[in-house]
Amino acid sequence: MLTLLFDGIAYGMLLFVLAVGLAVTLGLMNFINLAHGAFAMAGGYITVLLMNRLGVPFLATLPLAFLGTALIGALLEPLLYRRLYGKPHLDQVLFSIGIVFMAVTGVDFIIGSTQQNITLPAWLQGRFDISWIGIGKYRLFIIVVCAALAIGLQWMLANTRFGSQLRASVDDPRVAGGLGLNVNRIFLLTFAVGSGLAGLGGALGAEILGLDPSFPLKFMIYFLIVVSVGGTTTLTGPLLAALLLGIADVAGKYYVPKLGAFIVYTLMIVILLLRPQGLFARAGGGK
Amino acid sequence: MKAVAQALRAHARWRWWEFALLAVLLLSWLLLPGQSLLLNEIAILALFAVSLDLILGYAGIVSLGHAAFFGIGSYAAALFAKLVMPDPWVGMVVAIAVAAVLGALCSVLILRGSDLTRLMVTLGVASILYELANKLDWLTGGADGLQGVVMGPLRTPFGAFEFDLGGRTAYAYTLLVLIICVLVARRLVHSPFGTSLQALRDNRLRAASIGLSVNARLVVVYTVAAAIAGAAGGLLAQTTGFASLDVFDFHRSAEVMLVLVIGGTGYLYGGIFGAIVFKLLHDLISAWTPQYWNFWLGLFLVILVLVGREKLTRPWTWWKKS
Repeated sequence: MLTLLFDGIAYGMLLFVLAVGLAVTLGLMNFINLAHGAFAMAGGYITVLLMNRLGVPFLATLPLAFLGTALIGALLEPLLYRRLYGKPHLDQVLFSIGIVFMAVTGVDFIIGSTQQNITLPAWLQGRFDISWIGIGKYRLFIIVVCAALAIGLQWMLANTRFGSQLRASVDDPRVAGGLGLNVNRIFLLTFAVGSGLAGLGGALGAEILGLDPSFPLKFMIYFLIVVSVGGTTTLTGPLLAALLLGIADVAGKYYVPKLGAFIVYTLMIVILLLRPQGLFARAGGGK
Repeated sequence: MKAVAQALRAHARWRWWEFALLAVLLLSWLLLPGQSLLLNEIAILALFAVSLDLILGYAGIVSLGHAAFFGIGSYAAALFAKLVMPDPWVGMVVAIAVAAVLGALCSVLILRGSDLTRLMVTLGVASILYELANKLDWLTGGADGLQGVVMGPLRTPFGAFEFDLGGRTAYAYTLLVLIICVLVARRLVHSPFGTSLQALRDNRLRAASIGLSVNARLVVVYTVAAAIAGAAGGLLAQTTGFASLDVFDFHRSAEVMLVLVIGGTGYLYGGIFGAIVFKLLHDLISAWTPQYWNFWLGLFLVILVLVGREKLTRPWTWWKKS
């Protein structure tokens, strides 16, 4: 029971890191980016390829996965994404679906469609058994890393100059621009960091979630659930939503495996029916 | 008042190209007997896209889960033929009815929230149905698909026609259903109801404040669109004798949206033109590189959006500076 809860939390934390970038894109630019999973996949493949082909140790690949994906994000944002901020949502949806299709087939073409496996270093394998609760070492590692990231992000958002600029731009990009903030630069940086976090999440999750070219499509709905249920105005919203989703998914698959992802989808629809702006939306903070 | 009524009537007038399109559709059955299978696929996709146009082009609802209704119609038609009776007409009515009921139930979900909420909810419904069809394998055959659907002969006033391997009967049947559904949809969008839909698409707040009941209209149009999508799904199951999980796939919802966008939204025939172009392109590119067709599809989407999708159907604006 507690083991299950623990696995659920690890899964949820992972989802949070994967999806937090999406929450920012959506909240900041009001851009529905279905291609977010493609960045996560890029990070996963960076780790897998570095480890399996070049023999780089696992821990060293993580920052590289972050940087590599952030770089891709930083390149794509001014080239492609920026042109679409003001467009209707239909255009954004079509555009990002196009990116997903290209990423999926592109990876399939270059690397192949087989599932990629990574071998974790020995110190991350196995589990601690403390009386009746089994704690997987790797899952503990994920929780620690993701919690550190979440705290770091929250701190950055609340206490740094960049954080307050970012919050100002989220609240009202026009006024923020009028006050002399370089909103474009903030968008670019945030997009890059968000993509990088997705890449890091993909690298961390390669072991748990599995990694193959269909990754962006398989997990797209999960990222979107985190964001739409959690709301985009805070960091804690997506975090709680991700934990809820992670625990519900793990528990659901364990207790009623026949229903599969059924529970998660139903839960999402019910929540969105009752709270269309998300569970943790600020009162009056609608767009 | 009189001028308004006249303007509306002029808008609803039959154009010459509508007749031409009808003639081309009918002639395609006569002149291209060898291509019936492909044409059948095109017609089904066209019908599906027309149904999406009702909610996307006329009511302005972005849906990522329209395949839910296509799929439910498909399974309903296949199961009905397998378990109850193999008559295609009755099966079609059942498929439409089941999809319409589902559409009416789901329509309450799309009334509230932002575009993202609607996107998620429609996607969620399609995913739930996918999971259901996958897990209820005693009924639907699970991942293997529903096999062994044998259709009875197509009964018409001119006699009964068996579904043949070449797809001649199937295409005639699909064409007939397509034309009937398009006529119904045409009547609907040119009625005062259709005009009010466009009003609430363009400005929901204003539409509500001149006294239109926005929610009731959305419920109705969503139900009708679901019913027509169900008809398209039913056609697929009946003419191929097979229903598989693929009908609920995200891919299908995305594809139909692309088809509609290629043809242009909001004038009802976009789905038909889009389906023709899409399937022909698909055939062409698949013959060249079967596995990576999706890449070119994606590239096309990206470029289309960056250039501006409204330009695609208006070639005369290509060289004008905006």
